[in-house]
Amino acid sequence: MRKHALIAALALALLAGPAHAQISDGIVKIGVLNDQSSLYADLAGQGSVVAARMAVEDFGAAAKGLKVEIIFADHQNKADVGSQIARQWYDAEKVDLILDVPNSGVALAVNQITRDKGKAFIVSSAASSDLTGKACSPNTVHWTYDTWALANGTGNAIVKTGGDSWFFITADYAFGHALERDTEAVVTKSGGKVLGKVRHPLNNQDFSSFLLQAQASKAKIIGLANAGGDTTNAIKQGAEFGIVKGGQNFAGLLVFLTDVHALGLEKAQGLIFTETFYWDLNERTRAFGKRFAERNRGIHPTMIHAGAYAGTLHYLKAIEALKSDDGAKAVAKMKEMPTDDPLFGKGTVRADGRKIHPAYLVEVKKPTESKYPWDYYKIRTTIPADQAFRPIDQGDCPLVKK
Amino acid sequence: MSTLLGIPPQALFGQLLIGLINGSFYALLSLGLSVIFGLLNIINFAHGAQYMMGAFVAYFLLQYAGLGYWWALLIAPVLMAGLGMALERTTLKRLYHLDHLYGLLLTFGFALIIQGVFRNEFGSSGLPYPIPPQLTGGQNLGFMFLPNYRAWVIVFSVVICLGTWYVIERTKLGAYLRAATENPALVRAFGINVPRMITLTYGFGVGLAALAGVLAAPIYQVNPLMGADLIIVVFAVVVIGGMGSIMGSIITGFALGVIEGLTKVFYPEASNTVIFVIMAIVLLIRPTGLFGRAQ
Amino acid sequence: MSAIRAELEDGTTATAPTVMLRHQAVAFVVMVAVLAVLPFFVYPIFLMKALCFALFACAFNLLIGYVGLLSFGHAVFLGSAGYVTAHTAKVWGWPPEVAILAGTATAAALGVAVGALTIRSRGIYFANITLALAQMIYFFCLQARFTGGEDGIQSVPRGMMLGFLDLRHTMAMYFVVLAIFLAGFLLVYRTIHSPFGQVLKAIRENEPRAISLGYRPEHYKLIAFALSATLSGLAGGTKAIVFQLASLTDVHWTMSGEVVLMTLLGGLGTVFGPVMGAFLLTTIEHYLAQLGAWVTIVQGVIFVVCVLAFRRGVVGEIARLIRKPL
Repeated sequence: MRKHALIAALALALLAGPAHAQISDGIVKIGVLNDQSSLYADLAGQGSVVAARMAVEDFGAAAKGLKVEIIFADHQNKADVGSQIARQWYDAEKVDLILDVPNSGVALAVNQITRDKGKAFIVSSAASSDLTGKACSPNTVHWTYDTWALANGTGNAIVKTGGDSWFFITADYAFGHALERDTEAVVTKSGGKVLGKVRHPLNNQDFSSFLLQAQASKAKIIGLANAGGDTTNAIKQGAEFGIVKGGQNFAGLLVFLTDVHALGLEKAQGLIFTETFYWDLNERTRAFGKRFAERNRGIHPTMIHAGAYAGTLHYLKAIEALKSDDGAKAVAKMKEMPTDDPLFGKGTVRADGRKIHPAYLVEVKKPTESKYPWDYYKIRTTIPADQAFRPIDQGDCPLVKK
Repeated sequence: MSTLLGIPPQALFGQLLIGLINGSFYALLSLGLSVIFGLLNIINFAHGAQYMMGAFVAYFLLQYAGLGYWWALLIAPVLMAGLGMALERTTLKRLYHLDHLYGLLLTFGFALIIQGVFRNEFGSSGLPYPIPPQLTGGQNLGFMFLPNYRAWVIVFSVVICLGTWYVIERTKLGAYLRAATENPALVRAFGINVPRMITLTYGFGVGLAALAGVLAAPIYQVNPLMGADLIIVVFAVVVIGGMGSIMGSIITGFALGVIEGLTKVFYPEASNTVIFVIMAIVLLIRPTGLFGRAQ
Repeated sequence: MSAIRAELEDGTTATAPTVMLRHQAVAFVVMVAVLAVLPFFVYPIFLMKALCFALFACAFNLLIGYVGLLSFGHAVFLGSAGYVTAHTAKVWGWPPEVAILAGTATAAALGVAVGALTIRSRGIYFANITLALAQMIYFFCLQARFTGGEDGIQSVPRGMMLGFLDLRHTMAMYFVVLAIFLAGFLLVYRTIHSPFGQVLKAIRENEPRAISLGYRPEHYKLIAFALSATLSGLAGGTKAIVFQLASLTDVHWTMSGEVVLMTLLGGLGTVFGPVMGAFLLTTIEHYLAQLGAWVTIVQGVIFVVCVLAFRRGVVGEIARLIRKPL
């Protein structure tokens, strides 16, 4: 129980006065909030904490005299748990920045609370493009990816490379619907056709009946508008039913390195999807990948982990320049300063909070093509940064002047 | 192309077959639950977790001992049965004199512990387990491509289910079991070791769950949560079939698999709910289930 | 669950019908005093969570401890009230007290409906059918547009209570929640220690006899069920305002499992047990949130330990020590 913490916090707030000229209580406290125990534990989880720590070290916080502390908690994919932790962190534990937060529902809740309390929020995991659209906030930066980028990257690129007839297998909840809707829009705009769609319950074990329908449709591409276990299950069972052998291809709309690892190349080969980071892209990402893997039980970084690292790094640079950790000001500074990190290269943070960087259309290698552990992807195309994300005027973000 | 109920008949048959395959799992799992409830009067809420452990044993056997699927089919159920019996001996035994609901709560607690521990250790992305080489590939049946492994699942489940039913309903051992359910004191007076039978029965039920787990490992991802929501569905199957009725569980398991499969074609969003709707209806009309006896 | 109650009953005396027993009154005063002072030392949002769950557990305990029915789907009352309150407050702009009442009324109506369908069963069958109906309601909440599905209903305004009390101030919110909790608690207490409660007890102990005396058990059980559902709804509606959010978690069957655990841990069939159980469990979950999957493991361990060796629960054991019912 926090003894006197509330009184202390109140007193400090009164004494601190206008806090813009100093780091609150001398410590920059970063809270990594994500799913540590279920659906998203491997693609984010402890790995994001490791990534954040690496960012703090690489920034050289200690040498610069900046005290940074990192704490973490498990929101269990529940909006109420997540929002309670966020509130507690901001009210009683003096956290300045919340990082990560997979699960759009939780992210939206934290987004609101961060805004109410004037802190900062860097989303690395959640997908909802509403975070830089209707729900955009001056206290939030949306890193890594969003549903629009995925739909656009994967949909566009696949149609251009010949995949012009689609069948959707969609998780029946808001995120799945959004992904399906966005991808369908892109496919039809690029000249493709959607031959059918089917919705399945979230966390579904058995896809055989949906796969059968997909096969019967004879669509060239089976779009998987789902994530995590649903995606890997669909793919695994697809292999059983000879989908790929029968000439159809899966398009994963939200797939991570860890999903491919769980499936194994035998089952995942040929899968096409969009990511914004791959550890084996270039020398700098490779170096990061190896260092990260050593600290994370051999698991190589997903784009989420990369986003956690890069976001933290940019935040610390902003704090250093600003000499204050006030939430809205820090985010404003992050938008002002161009980004440059070893993982995403050079980029910017837009007025609506959207971080801009290139995206990559990747294809999973065949088992014979993979030469060393975690050598899973070949890059099909690079989507330039200015095309990878939704144009700023199409998002209905109130912060953006029309 | 002519259509039946709005979709081509070939597609319908395909879905029915798929439903039958799912029904096999429901039947196997509800069989174990039913056997346990029949004799011990305990709802084994840990059944889903034990199913999951069966799949994990298969995974470990492959990973660390190089023993493949066929070995797992043999070893996993026996191993889990042993663990189940140990559990029964040390904990469940103490609750028989109390309200049955304590047994439910205890096994619920075990399920939470087991699932939590496994989740801690193995995360939840799922671990890969290959289909045994003898069963890969499939048959093109014209209206669908049926993977060999799935056909094997149906055949094997039917054999196990019928075998179990036969043992319980038609053999002397089964007769003792059924008698012990009705009047343990009297059966004991005849010199039959009823507590031991109860222990063995629990072990057998758990073994059936583990067997289902091994069967599931190649086609569903081996992950710590694989039994968590399944247990509620199996629960429903047992209740509809009639608690304690062996044939009831088997028939209902297959039937509900088929019904769920059909729902997936016509109204997929409801495929999770349809079993509960049926359960609610059945319970309101016949509170002891379709084939159950009044307790 | 008559066997459970019988076990708890050893050594405890009969309850007086209208006046609060002295030691219980003392305990009540202590509880109120502690709860009034605590928010100045402990993070109030955490306390409010515990209070909402305490009310939920008290409502649940009415059903299991005093009627003897284990409902494995009680979360639906908590959750559906939460959704209705959230919706009316956010989308229709109703003031918080009306929104909470709306939620409570919804839970009451649902309680009557579910109760009417299920009250004829008992024991395991009752648990089954409540679970089945709960699952159906869960899937309805999942599909229905207004609940927001996986995202839930977010950014629910705290509003102005009775037109003048700004609930955005944490302390104001806290004392409102405390008042609601105490009202619910006292209502449960009055129900138990009333002629109605006596009849319930009679039914639980010997139903055929009660029938022969002219009582209709179904009616009494239904009323108790509806009351339990209503108070659960009150807890759910309040919770939605406090956390400014209504989500699927509150209608999922694991939440039903949690309230069982709280009541079991605190002490089935005791007056203060559910409150203790709710506070203990909320505290444990709060501290273990840092440790991820350990939450479920610890919950499981508590279940096992309670069932095997600690069936009276914390308050039950204390009651046994002082030889008075609590």
